[in-house]
Amino acid sequence: MALDHHTVKNIARLARLQIDESNIDRYVSELSRILDFVEQMNQVDTAGVAPLAHPQGGRLRLREDVVTETDQREAFQKVAPEKEAGLYLVPKVIE
Amino acid sequence: MHNKPLSKIADDLVTKRVSSVELTQYYLDRVAQHQHLNAFITVDPEFSLAQAREADRRIQQGDVATLTGVPIAHKDIFCTKGMLTTCGSRILSNFVSPYDATVIDRLNQNGAVILGKTNMDEFAMGSSNETSYYGAVKNPWDHATVPGGSSGGSAAAVAARIAPAATGTDTGGSIRQPAAFCGITGFKPSYGQVSRYGMIAFASSLDQGGPITRSAADAALLLNVIAGFDARDSTSVQQPTPDFAAGLDGDIQGLRIGLPAQFFGEGLDNSVERVVRAALGEYEKLGATLIDIDLPNSALCVPCYYVLAPSEASSNLARYDGVRYGHRASDYGDLIDMYMKTRAEGFGGEVRRRIMIGTYALSAGYYDAYYLKAQQLRRLIAQDFEQAFEKCDVIMGPTTPTTAFAIGAKSDDPIAMYLNDIYTISVNLAGLPGISIPAGWDDAGKPVGLQIIGQYFDDAHVLNVAHRLQTATDWHQRAPVGAE
Repeated sequence: MALDHHTVKNIARLARLQIDESNIDRYVSELSRILDFVEQMNQVDTAGVAPLAHPQGGRLRLREDVVTETDQREAFQKVAPEKEAGLYLVPKVIE
Repeated sequence: MHNKPLSKIADDLVTKRVSSVELTQYYLDRVAQHQHLNAFITVDPEFSLAQAREADRRIQQGDVATLTGVPIAHKDIFCTKGMLTTCGSRILSNFVSPYDATVIDRLNQNGAVILGKTNMDEFAMGSSNETSYYGAVKNPWDHATVPGGSSGGSAAAVAARIAPAATGTDTGGSIRQPAAFCGITGFKPSYGQVSRYGMIAFASSLDQGGPITRSAADAALLLNVIAGFDARDSTSVQQPTPDFAAGLDGDIQGLRIGLPAQFFGEGLDNSVERVVRAALGEYEKLGATLIDIDLPNSALCVPCYYVLAPSEASSNLARYDGVRYGHRASDYGDLIDMYMKTRAEGFGGEVRRRIMIGTYALSAGYYDAYYLKAQQLRRLIAQDFEQAFEKCDVIMGPTTPTTAFAIGAKSDDPIAMYLNDIYTISVNLAGLPGISIPAGWDDAGKPVGLQIIGQYFDDAHVLNVAHRLQTATDWHQRAPVGAE
Protein backbone atom coordinates (compact mmCIF):
# COMPACT_ATOMS: atom_id res chain seq x y z
CA MET A 1 0.00 0.00 0.00
CA ALA A 2 1.66 3.20 -1.16
CA LEU A 3 0.58 6.26 0.77
CA ASP A 4 0.46 9.70 -0.79
CA HIS A 5 1.39 13.09 0.62
CA HIS A 6 -2.19 13.97 1.41
CA THR A 7 -2.76 10.77 3.42
CA VAL A 8 0.45 11.20 5.40
CA LYS A 9 -0.50 14.77 6.31
CA ASN A 10 -3.95 13.60 7.32
CA ILE A 11 -2.55 10.81 9.55
CA ALA A 12 -0.19 13.30 11.19
CA ARG A 13 -3.08 15.64 11.84
CA LEU A 14 -5.18 12.84 13.36
CA ALA A 15 -2.20 11.80 15.51
CA ARG A 16 -1.55 15.42 16.52
CA LEU A 17 2.02 15.29 15.29
CA GLN A 18 3.51 18.26 13.51
CA ILE A 19 5.63 17.19 10.56
CA ASP A 20 7.68 19.48 8.37
CA GLU A 21 6.86 19.58 4.66
CA SER A 22 10.47 18.62 4.01
CA ASN A 23 10.01 15.33 5.91
CA ILE A 24 6.82 14.19 4.20
CA ASP A 25 8.63 12.31 1.44
CA ARG A 26 10.54 10.32 4.01
CA TYR A 27 7.33 9.47 5.90
CA VAL A 28 5.63 8.46 2.65
CA SER A 29 8.37 5.98 1.83
CA GLU A 30 8.94 4.62 5.35
CA LEU A 31 5.27 4.15 6.17
CA SER A 32 4.54 2.65 2.75
CA ARG A 33 7.33 0.12 3.26
CA ILE A 34 5.96 -0.87 6.67
CA LEU A 35 2.44 -1.22 5.26
CA ASP A 36 3.76 -3.39 2.41
CA PHE A 37 5.49 -5.51 5.00
CA VAL A 38 2.44 -5.97 7.25
CA GLU A 39 0.30 -6.86 4.24
CA GLN A 40 2.03 -10.25 4.26
CA MET A 41 -0.83 -11.02 6.64
CA ASN A 42 -2.99 -11.46 3.55
CA GLN A 43 -1.16 -14.72 2.78
CA VAL A 44 -3.39 -16.32 5.40
CA ASP A 45 -7.09 -16.77 4.84
CA THR A 46 -8.77 -15.61 8.03
CA ALA A 47 -12.36 -15.65 6.77
CA GLY A 48 -14.65 -16.59 9.63
CA VAL A 49 -11.91 -16.44 12.31
CA ALA A 50 -13.05 -14.60 15.42
CA PRO A 51 -10.69 -11.73 16.25
CA LEU A 52 -8.56 -12.10 19.40
CA ALA A 53 -8.12 -8.74 21.11
CA HIS A 54 -6.40 -10.03 24.16
CA PRO A 55 -4.74 -13.23 25.47
CA GLN A 56 -7.54 -13.68 27.98
CA GLY A 57 -10.12 -13.57 25.20
CA GLY A 58 -11.56 -10.20 26.08
CA ARG A 59 -13.30 -11.11 29.33
CA LEU A 60 -12.19 -8.32 31.61
CA ARG A 61 -12.98 -8.08 35.28
CA LEU A 62 -15.18 -5.20 36.37
CA ARG A 63 -14.89 -3.56 39.75
CA GLU A 64 -17.68 -2.37 42.00
CA ASP A 65 -18.82 1.10 41.01
CA VAL A 66 -17.77 2.74 44.26
CA VAL A 67 -15.31 5.50 45.08
CA THR A 68 -11.95 4.02 46.09
CA GLU A 69 -9.53 6.87 45.43
CA THR A 70 -9.03 9.94 47.54
CA ASP A 71 -8.59 13.44 46.15
CA GLN A 72 -4.95 13.91 45.15
CA ARG A 73 -5.33 16.96 42.97
CA GLU A 74 -2.36 18.75 44.47
CA ALA A 75 -0.02 15.80 44.07
CA PHE A 76 -1.10 15.27 40.48
CA GLN A 77 -0.94 18.94 39.54
CA LYS A 78 2.52 19.35 40.96
CA VAL A 79 3.93 17.95 37.71
CA ALA A 80 1.71 19.99 35.35
CA PRO A 81 3.48 22.33 32.88
CA GLU A 82 1.11 25.23 33.59
CA LYS A 83 -1.60 25.56 36.21
CA GLU A 84 -3.43 28.18 38.21
CA ALA A 85 -5.92 27.96 41.08
CA GLY A 86 -6.11 24.17 40.78
CA LEU A 87 -6.78 24.26 37.05
CA TYR A 88 -4.66 23.19 34.09
CA LEU A 89 -3.89 26.06 31.74
CA VAL A 90 -4.11 25.68 27.96
CA PRO A 91 -4.46 28.20 25.12
CA LYS A 92 -7.90 29.77 24.92
CA VAL A 93 -10.39 27.46 23.17
CA ILE A 94 -13.62 29.49 23.53
CA GLU A 95 -13.84 33.14 22.51
CA MET B 1 30.08 -10.04 46.14
CA HIS B 2 28.55 -9.18 42.78
CA ASN B 3 28.58 -12.77 41.55
CA LYS B 4 26.53 -14.11 44.45
CA PRO B 5 23.00 -15.32 43.72
CA LEU B 6 20.14 -13.21 45.09
CA SER B 7 19.35 -15.81 47.74
CA LYS B 8 22.92 -15.58 49.05
CA ILE B 9 22.89 -11.77 49.02
CA ALA B 10 19.61 -11.80 50.98
CA ASP B 11 21.11 -14.32 53.39
CA ASP B 12 24.21 -12.15 53.94
CA LEU B 13 21.91 -9.26 54.81
CA VAL B 14 19.79 -11.25 57.26
CA THR B 15 22.82 -12.73 58.99
CA LYS B 16 24.34 -9.20 59.07
CA ARG B 17 27.50 -10.17 57.17
CA VAL B 18 26.80 -7.01 55.19
CA SER B 19 24.42 -4.11 55.75
CA SER B 20 22.07 -2.82 53.10
CA VAL B 21 23.83 0.54 53.22
CA GLU B 22 27.20 -1.14 52.52
CA LEU B 23 25.71 -3.28 49.78
CA THR B 24 23.85 -0.37 48.16
CA GLN B 25 26.98 1.81 48.27
CA TYR B 26 28.97 -1.05 46.74
CA TYR B 27 26.57 -1.24 43.79
CA LEU B 28 26.29 2.55 43.45
CA ASP B 29 30.10 2.58 43.13
CA ARG B 30 29.93 -0.13 40.47
CA VAL B 31 27.27 1.84 38.59
CA ALA B 32 29.59 4.87 38.64
CA GLN B 33 32.56 2.78 37.50
CA HIS B 34 30.57 1.47 34.53
CA GLN B 35 29.02 4.78 33.50
CA HIS B 36 30.37 4.33 29.98
CA LEU B 37 27.76 1.60 29.42
CA ASN B 38 25.02 4.26 29.77
CA ALA B 39 22.86 1.61 31.44
CA PHE B 40 21.10 4.05 33.77
CA ILE B 41 19.03 7.15 33.10
CA THR B 42 18.62 8.12 36.76
CA VAL B 43 20.71 7.26 39.79
CA ASP B 44 19.85 9.00 43.06
CA PRO B 45 22.28 7.83 45.76
CA GLU B 46 20.52 9.80 48.51
CA PHE B 47 17.20 8.15 47.67
CA SER B 48 18.73 4.65 47.47
CA LEU B 49 20.75 5.03 50.66
CA ALA B 50 17.72 6.30 52.58
CA GLN B 51 15.87 3.14 51.53
CA ALA B 52 18.92 1.08 52.51
CA ARG B 53 18.99 2.65 55.99
CA GLU B 54 15.30 1.82 56.39
CA ALA B 55 16.01 -1.77 55.28
CA ASP B 56 18.82 -2.04 57.84
CA ARG B 57 16.43 -0.80 60.52
CA ARG B 58 13.94 -3.51 59.50
CA ILE B 59 16.66 -6.16 59.57
CA GLN B 60 17.72 -5.01 63.07
CA GLN B 61 14.13 -5.46 64.18
CA GLY B 62 13.88 -8.88 62.58
CA ASP B 63 11.20 -7.65 60.18
CA VAL B 64 12.69 -9.34 57.14
CA ALA B 65 11.14 -10.34 53.81
CA THR B 66 12.61 -12.06 50.72
CA LEU B 67 14.54 -9.11 49.29
CA THR B 68 14.84 -6.76 52.26
CA GLY B 69 17.90 -4.58 51.71
CA VAL B 70 18.68 -5.91 48.22
CA PRO B 71 19.26 -3.19 45.59
CA ILE B 72 17.26 -3.75 42.40
CA ALA B 73 17.47 -1.67 39.22
CA HIS B 74 14.23 -0.76 37.46
CA LYS B 75 13.49 -0.19 33.85
CA ASP B 76 12.56 3.47 33.57
CA ILE B 77 9.05 2.46 32.48
CA PHE B 78 7.96 1.73 36.07
CA CYS B 79 6.63 4.79 37.88
CA THR B 80 8.60 5.59 41.02
CA LYS B 81 7.25 8.14 43.45
CA GLY B 82 9.85 10.82 44.06
CA MET B 83 12.30 9.60 41.41
CA LEU B 84 12.28 10.62 37.75
CA THR B 85 10.43 8.28 35.34
CA THR B 86 11.20 9.13 31.70
CA CYS B 87 10.31 5.99 29.74
CA GLY B 88 13.37 6.82 27.63
CA SER B 89 11.54 9.80 26.16
CA ARG B 90 12.00 13.55 26.01
CA ILE B 91 8.27 13.97 26.55
CA LEU B 92 8.64 12.60 30.11
CA SER B 93 12.09 14.10 30.70
CA ASN B 94 10.78 16.08 33.70
CA PHE B 95 8.19 13.60 34.98
CA VAL B 96 8.28 12.67 38.65
CA SER B 97 5.41 10.28 39.25
CA PRO B 98 3.04 11.07 42.12
CA TYR B 99 2.61 7.32 42.74
CA ASP B 100 4.48 4.01 42.58
CA ALA B 101 3.82 1.23 40.08
CA THR B 102 2.50 -1.91 41.79
CA VAL B 103 5.78 -3.71 40.98
CA ILE B 104 7.71 -0.93 42.76
CA ASP B 105 5.19 -0.78 45.60
CA ARG B 106 5.53 -4.52 46.26
CA LEU B 107 9.31 -4.34 46.26
CA ASN B 108 9.19 -1.32 48.58
CA GLN B 109 6.88 -3.20 50.96
CA ASN B 110 9.31 -6.10 50.81
CA GLY B 111 12.16 -3.78 51.80
CA ALA B 112 14.11 -3.87 48.53
CA VAL B 113 16.18 -0.83 47.56
CA ILE B 114 15.75 1.05 44.25
CA LEU B 115 19.26 1.18 42.79
CA GLY B 116 18.23 3.44 39.92
CA LYS B 117 16.24 3.63 36.71
CA THR B 118 17.66 1.90 33.68
CA ASN B 119 17.92 3.08 30.11
CA MET B 120 15.49 1.75 27.53
CA ASP B 121 14.21 2.29 24.02
CA GLU B 122 11.79 5.20 23.98
CA PHE B 123 8.40 3.95 25.23
CA ALA B 124 9.87 0.43 24.88
CA MET B 125 9.72 0.74 21.08
CA GLY B 126 12.93 -0.77 19.85
CA SER B 127 15.14 -3.84 19.87
CA SER B 128 18.52 -2.19 20.36
CA ASN B 129 18.13 0.55 22.98
CA GLU B 130 19.14 3.03 20.27
CA THR B 131 15.79 4.86 20.27
CA SER B 132 16.34 6.17 23.81
CA TYR B 133 16.38 9.97 24.13
CA TYR B 134 19.18 9.36 26.66
CA GLY B 135 21.51 7.67 24.19
CA ALA B 136 22.41 4.13 23.23
CA VAL B 137 23.49 1.53 25.81
CA LYS B 138 26.62 -0.53 25.23
CA ASN B 139 26.65 -4.30 25.44
CA PRO B 140 29.06 -5.27 28.26
CA TRP B 141 30.35 -8.21 26.16
CA ASP B 142 31.36 -5.96 23.27
CA HIS B 143 31.00 -2.20 23.60
CA ALA B 144 30.60 -1.77 19.84
CA THR B 145 27.38 -3.80 19.88
CA VAL B 146 23.88 -3.13 21.16
CA PRO B 147 22.58 -4.75 24.37
CA GLY B 148 19.23 -5.43 22.69
CA GLY B 149 16.02 -3.76 23.69
CA SER B 150 13.87 -2.42 24.80
CA SER B 151 15.03 -3.35 28.33
CA GLY B 152 18.64 -2.80 27.23
CA GLY B 153 19.79 -0.86 30.29
CA SER B 154 18.45 -3.46 32.71
CA ALA B 155 20.08 -6.29 30.74
CA ALA B 156 23.43 -4.48 30.47
CA ALA B 157 23.35 -3.64 34.20
CA VAL B 158 22.74 -7.25 35.23
CA ALA B 159 25.28 -8.62 32.75
CA ALA B 160 27.97 -6.17 33.95
CA ARG B 161 27.13 -7.10 37.55
CA ILE B 162 26.36 -3.49 38.41
CA ALA B 163 22.89 -4.50 39.64
CA PRO B 164 22.13 -7.80 41.42
CA ALA B 165 18.85 -8.00 39.50
CA ALA B 166 16.54 -5.76 37.50
CA THR B 167 13.02 -5.41 36.24
CA GLY B 168 12.07 -5.19 32.59
CA THR B 169 9.01 -5.27 30.40
CA ASP B 170 8.31 -7.36 27.35
CA THR B 171 5.82 -6.45 24.62
CA GLY B 172 7.39 -8.37 21.73
CA GLY B 173 10.63 -9.66 23.23
CA SER B 174 11.93 -6.70 25.23
CA ILE B 175 13.00 -8.82 28.22
CA ARG B 176 14.11 -11.98 26.38
CA GLN B 177 15.99 -10.44 23.44
CA PRO B 178 18.27 -8.18 25.55
CA ALA B 179 18.77 -11.06 28.00
CA ALA B 180 19.95 -13.20 25.06
CA PHE B 181 22.25 -10.45 23.72
CA CYS B 182 23.75 -9.84 27.16
CA GLY B 183 24.21 -13.48 28.22
CA ILE B 184 21.77 -13.39 31.13
CA THR B 185 18.32 -14.68 32.12
CA GLY B 186 15.16 -12.78 31.24
CA PHE B 187 11.67 -14.01 32.02
CA LYS B 188 8.44 -12.75 30.52
CA PRO B 189 5.65 -14.11 32.71
CA SER B 190 2.21 -15.09 31.43
CA TYR B 191 0.06 -12.10 30.52
CA GLY B 192 -1.80 -11.14 33.69
CA GLN B 193 0.79 -12.54 36.10
CA VAL B 194 2.50 -9.23 36.96
CA SER B 195 0.46 -6.05 37.43
CA ARG B 196 0.73 -3.42 34.73
CA TYR B 197 -0.44 -0.66 37.09
CA GLY B 198 2.05 2.19 36.94
CA MET B 199 3.99 0.47 34.17
CA ILE B 200 3.83 3.00 31.36
CA ALA B 201 1.65 1.53 28.62
CA PHE B 202 2.97 0.74 25.14
CA ALA B 203 0.63 -1.99 23.81
CA SER B 204 -1.66 -2.97 26.65
CA SER B 205 -2.74 -6.39 25.37
CA LEU B 206 0.91 -7.46 25.01
CA ASP B 207 2.89 -5.64 27.75
CA GLN B 208 4.11 -7.72 30.67
CA GLY B 209 6.67 -6.92 33.34
CA GLY B 210 9.18 -9.45 34.58
CA PRO B 211 12.61 -10.15 36.07
CA ILE B 212 16.00 -9.72 34.40
CA THR B 213 18.54 -11.69 36.42
CA ARG B 214 21.63 -13.86 36.24
CA SER B 215 19.73 -17.10 36.80
CA ALA B 216 16.29 -18.66 36.75
CA ALA B 217 16.51 -19.13 40.53
CA ASP B 218 17.05 -15.37 40.94
CA ALA B 219 14.15 -14.72 38.56
CA ALA B 220 11.89 -16.92 40.70
CA LEU B 221 12.80 -14.97 43.85
CA LEU B 222 12.11 -11.62 42.24
CA LEU B 223 8.92 -12.89 40.62
CA ASN B 224 7.71 -14.10 44.01
CA VAL B 225 7.72 -10.49 45.15
CA ILE B 226 6.31 -8.74 42.08
CA ALA B 227 3.72 -11.27 40.81
CA GLY B 228 0.16 -11.66 41.96
CA PHE B 229 -3.32 -10.29 41.67
CA ASP B 230 -3.74 -6.52 41.66
CA ALA B 231 -7.21 -4.99 41.63
CA ARG B 232 -5.73 -1.90 39.95
CA ASP B 233 -4.99 -3.78 36.72
CA SER B 234 -8.13 -5.03 34.98
CA THR B 235 -6.10 -7.74 33.21
CA SER B 236 -4.44 -9.01 36.39
CA VAL B 237 -5.47 -12.63 36.84
CA GLN B 238 -7.30 -13.36 40.06
CA GLN B 239 -5.87 -16.65 41.22
CA PRO B 240 -3.44 -17.76 43.92
CA THR B 241 0.20 -17.04 43.10
CA PRO B 242 2.46 -20.07 43.48
CA ASP B 243 5.87 -20.01 45.14
CA PHE B 244 7.94 -19.84 41.96
CA ALA B 245 11.07 -20.97 43.81
CA ALA B 246 9.50 -24.07 45.36
CA GLY B 247 9.50 -26.27 42.26
CA LEU B 248 12.80 -25.19 40.75
CA ASP B 249 14.54 -28.50 41.41
CA GLY B 250 11.69 -30.64 40.08
CA ASP B 251 12.77 -33.57 37.93
CA ILE B 252 12.49 -33.07 34.16
CA GLN B 253 12.95 -36.74 33.25
CA GLY B 254 10.58 -37.44 30.36
CA LEU B 255 10.01 -33.75 29.59
CA ARG B 256 8.74 -33.38 26.03
CA ILE B 257 10.43 -30.41 24.32
CA GLY B 258 8.77 -29.17 21.15
CA LEU B 259 11.04 -27.68 18.49
CA PRO B 260 9.07 -25.58 16.00
CA ALA B 261 10.31 -25.96 12.43
CA GLN B 262 9.69 -22.21 12.03
CA PHE B 263 12.28 -21.36 14.71
CA PHE B 264 15.08 -23.22 12.91
CA GLY B 265 14.54 -22.13 9.33
CA GLU B 266 15.77 -19.44 7.00
CA GLY B 267 17.22 -16.37 8.68
CA LEU B 268 18.72 -18.24 11.65
CA ASP B 269 22.43 -17.68 11.99
CA ASN B 270 24.37 -20.97 11.67
CA SER B 271 26.47 -20.40 14.70
CA VAL B 272 23.43 -19.53 16.85
CA GLU B 273 21.73 -22.72 15.66
CA ARG B 274 24.78 -24.81 16.53
CA VAL B 275 24.93 -23.38 20.06
CA VAL B 276 21.18 -23.82 20.62
CA ARG B 277 21.24 -27.43 19.38
CA ALA B 278 24.12 -28.17 21.73
CA ALA B 279 22.07 -26.76 24.64
CA LEU B 280 19.14 -28.94 23.59
CA GLY B 281 21.56 -31.87 23.74
CA GLU B 282 22.13 -31.01 27.41
CA TYR B 283 18.38 -31.32 27.97
CA GLU B 284 18.44 -34.76 26.37
CA LYS B 285 21.17 -35.73 28.84
CA LEU B 286 18.80 -34.60 31.61
CA GLY B 287 16.18 -37.03 30.32
CA ALA B 288 14.11 -34.84 28.04
CA THR B 289 12.96 -35.82 24.57
CA LEU B 290 12.96 -33.54 21.55
CA ILE B 291 9.86 -33.49 19.35
CA ASP B 292 9.41 -31.67 16.05
CA ILE B 293 6.37 -29.43 16.09
CA ASP B 294 4.78 -26.92 13.78
CA LEU B 295 3.65 -23.34 14.45
CA PRO B 296 2.50 -22.62 10.89
CA ASN B 297 1.29 -19.06 11.45
CA SER B 298 4.18 -17.88 13.60
CA ALA B 299 6.15 -16.79 10.53
CA LEU B 300 3.60 -13.99 10.21
CA CYS B 301 3.81 -12.89 13.83
CA VAL B 302 5.97 -9.87 12.96
CA PRO B 303 3.53 -8.32 10.45
CA CYS B 304 0.66 -9.11 12.84
CA TYR B 305 2.49 -7.46 15.73
CA TYR B 306 3.42 -4.38 13.70
CA VAL B 307 -0.26 -3.68 13.23
CA LEU B 308 -1.50 -4.49 16.73
CA ALA B 309 1.28 -2.93 18.80
CA PRO B 310 1.37 0.42 16.92
CA SER B 311 -2.44 0.56 16.99
CA GLU B 312 -2.53 0.15 20.74
CA ALA B 313 0.42 2.53 21.08
CA SER B 314 -1.21 5.27 19.03
CA SER B 315 -4.14 5.11 21.41
CA ASN B 316 -2.06 4.83 24.61
CA LEU B 317 0.30 7.65 23.64
CA ALA B 318 -2.56 10.04 22.91
CA ARG B 319 -2.33 10.96 26.60
CA TYR B 320 0.92 12.88 26.09
CA ASP B 321 -0.54 16.25 25.29
CA GLY B 322 1.58 18.68 27.30
CA VAL B 323 -1.36 19.56 29.53
CA ARG B 324 -1.16 17.49 32.72
CA TYR B 325 2.48 16.42 32.92
CA GLY B 326 5.64 16.09 30.89
CA HIS B 327 7.21 18.28 28.24
CA ARG B 328 5.27 21.13 26.65
CA ALA B 329 6.54 23.03 23.60
CA SER B 330 7.66 26.52 24.54
CA ASP B 331 6.27 28.31 21.53
CA TYR B 332 2.76 27.64 20.20
CA GLY B 333 -0.43 29.25 18.96
CA ASP B 334 -3.77 27.59 19.62
CA LEU B 335 -4.50 24.37 21.51
CA ILE B 336 -4.11 22.06 18.50
CA ASP B 337 -0.83 23.75 17.63
CA MET B 338 0.34 23.19 21.22
CA TYR B 339 -0.48 19.47 20.99
CA MET B 340 1.19 19.08 17.62
CA LYS B 341 4.39 20.90 18.53
CA THR B 342 4.61 19.31 21.98
CA ARG B 343 4.28 15.81 20.54
CA ALA B 344 6.61 16.46 17.60
CA GLU B 345 9.29 17.74 19.97
CA GLY B 346 8.65 15.17 22.67
CA PHE B 347 8.64 11.95 20.64
CA GLY B 348 11.60 10.50 18.75
CA GLY B 349 11.54 9.11 15.21
CA GLU B 350 10.59 5.50 15.95
CA VAL B 351 7.77 6.49 18.32
CA ARG B 352 6.40 8.98 15.78
CA ARG B 353 6.58 6.31 13.08
CA ARG B 354 4.62 3.81 15.16
CA ILE B 355 2.01 6.36 16.19
CA MET B 356 1.49 7.17 12.51
CA ILE B 357 1.17 3.49 11.51
CA GLY B 358 -1.24 2.81 14.36
CA THR B 359 -3.33 5.88 13.61
CA TYR B 360 -3.57 4.79 9.99
CA ALA B 361 -4.46 1.18 10.84
CA LEU B 362 -7.26 2.34 13.11
CA SER B 363 -8.58 5.06 10.81
CA ALA B 364 -11.94 4.89 9.06
CA GLY B 365 -11.89 2.58 6.05
CA TYR B 366 -8.70 0.71 7.02
CA TYR B 367 -9.68 -0.87 10.34
CA ASP B 368 -10.87 -4.18 8.84
CA ALA B 369 -7.91 -4.55 6.48
CA TYR B 370 -5.32 -4.03 9.19
CA TYR B 371 -6.46 -4.13 12.80
CA LEU B 372 -9.22 -6.71 12.46
CA LYS B 373 -7.13 -8.85 10.11
CA ALA B 374 -4.25 -8.80 12.61
CA GLN B 375 -6.57 -9.80 15.47
CA GLN B 376 -7.82 -12.76 13.44
CA LEU B 377 -4.27 -13.81 12.69
CA ARG B 378 -3.50 -13.40 16.37
CA ARG B 379 -6.11 -16.03 17.18
CA LEU B 380 -4.59 -18.45 14.66
CA ILE B 381 -1.13 -17.91 16.16
CA ALA B 382 -2.51 -18.56 19.67
CA GLN B 383 -4.29 -21.69 18.43
CA ASP B 384 -1.06 -23.00 16.88
CA PHE B 385 0.46 -22.96 20.36
CA GLU B 386 -2.56 -24.70 21.89
CA GLN B 387 -2.28 -27.49 19.32
CA ALA B 388 1.49 -27.76 19.75
CA PHE B 389 1.10 -28.15 23.52
CA GLU B 390 -0.97 -31.29 22.94
CA LYS B 391 2.30 -32.92 21.82
CA CYS B 392 4.85 -31.30 24.11
CA ASP B 393 5.27 -29.76 27.58
CA VAL B 394 7.47 -26.81 26.65
CA ILE B 395 8.67 -25.28 23.39
CA MET B 396 12.29 -24.34 22.81
CA GLY B 397 14.38 -22.59 20.22
CA PRO B 398 16.76 -19.69 19.80
CA THR B 399 15.62 -16.42 21.40
CA THR B 400 16.96 -14.39 18.48
CA PRO B 401 18.07 -15.21 14.92
CA THR B 402 21.50 -13.60 15.47
CA THR B 403 23.66 -12.48 18.36
CA ALA B 404 24.12 -8.79 19.25
CA PHE B 405 24.69 -6.58 16.20
CA ALA B 406 26.79 -3.43 15.90
CA ILE B 407 25.46 -0.13 17.21
CA GLY B 408 24.05 1.70 14.18
CA ALA B 409 23.85 -1.41 11.97
CA LYS B 410 20.06 -1.53 11.78
CA SER B 411 18.95 1.85 13.08
CA ASP B 412 18.04 3.13 9.59
CA ASP B 413 16.06 0.06 8.60
CA PRO B 414 12.93 -0.38 10.75
CA ILE B 415 11.90 -3.70 9.19
CA ALA B 416 15.33 -5.31 9.64
CA MET B 417 15.12 -4.17 13.26
CA TYR B 418 11.59 -5.59 13.70
CA LEU B 419 12.71 -9.03 12.41
CA ASN B 420 14.96 -9.38 15.44
CA ASP B 421 11.90 -10.35 17.42
CA ILE B 422 10.65 -13.04 15.05
CA TYR B 423 10.96 -15.83 17.67
CA THR B 424 9.71 -13.83 20.64
CA ILE B 425 6.69 -11.89 19.34
CA SER B 426 4.31 -14.85 18.91
CA VAL B 427 4.69 -15.58 22.63
CA ASN B 428 3.30 -12.12 23.50
CA LEU B 429 0.49 -12.47 20.97
CA ALA B 430 -0.57 -15.69 22.73
CA GLY B 431 0.11 -14.32 26.25
CA LEU B 432 2.40 -17.23 27.19
CA PRO B 433 5.34 -17.31 29.61
CA GLY B 434 8.77 -17.30 27.96
CA ILE B 435 12.31 -17.18 29.25
CA SER B 436 15.67 -16.61 27.63
CA ILE B 437 18.66 -18.26 29.29
CA PRO B 438 22.31 -18.28 28.31
CA ALA B 439 23.17 -21.24 26.06
CA GLY B 440 26.79 -20.51 25.22
CA TRP B 441 28.64 -18.25 22.78
CA ASP B 442 28.76 -17.90 19.01
CA ASP B 443 31.97 -18.04 16.96
CA ALA B 444 32.66 -14.36 17.69
CA GLY B 445 32.33 -14.88 21.45
CA LYS B 446 28.93 -13.24 21.78
CA PRO B 447 26.27 -14.76 24.03
CA VAL B 448 23.48 -16.89 22.57
CA GLY B 449 20.06 -17.20 24.24
CA LEU B 450 17.87 -20.28 24.44
CA GLN B 451 14.16 -19.52 24.64
CA ILE B 452 11.81 -21.73 26.63
CA ILE B 453 8.08 -21.20 26.15
CA GLY B 454 5.46 -22.65 28.47
CA GLN B 455 1.71 -23.01 28.59
CA TYR B 456 -0.43 -20.17 29.91
CA PHE B 457 0.20 -19.72 33.65
CA ASP B 458 2.71 -22.58 33.68
CA ASP B 459 5.34 -20.00 34.69
CA ALA B 460 6.72 -22.03 37.59
CA HIS B 461 7.34 -24.97 35.26
CA VAL B 462 9.22 -22.79 32.76
CA LEU B 463 11.46 -21.56 35.59
CA ASN B 464 11.96 -25.15 36.76
CA VAL B 465 13.03 -26.29 33.27
CA ALA B 466 15.40 -23.32 32.94
CA HIS B 467 16.85 -23.87 36.39
CA ARG B 468 17.62 -27.53 35.69
CA LEU B 469 19.85 -26.56 32.78
CA GLN B 470 21.54 -23.97 35.00
CA THR B 471 22.33 -26.61 37.61
CA ALA B 472 23.91 -28.82 34.90
CA THR B 473 25.87 -26.08 33.10
CA ASP B 474 27.70 -22.90 34.07
CA TRP B 475 26.99 -20.68 31.04
CA HIS B 476 24.90 -18.33 33.17
CA GLN B 477 27.77 -17.76 35.59
CA ARG B 478 30.22 -16.31 33.11
CA ALA B 479 30.62 -12.56 33.24
CA PRO B 480 31.93 -10.30 30.48
CA VAL B 481 35.51 -9.03 30.67
CA GLY B 482 35.70 -6.12 33.11
CA ALA B 483 32.73 -7.32 35.14
CA GLU B 484 34.16 -10.43 36.76
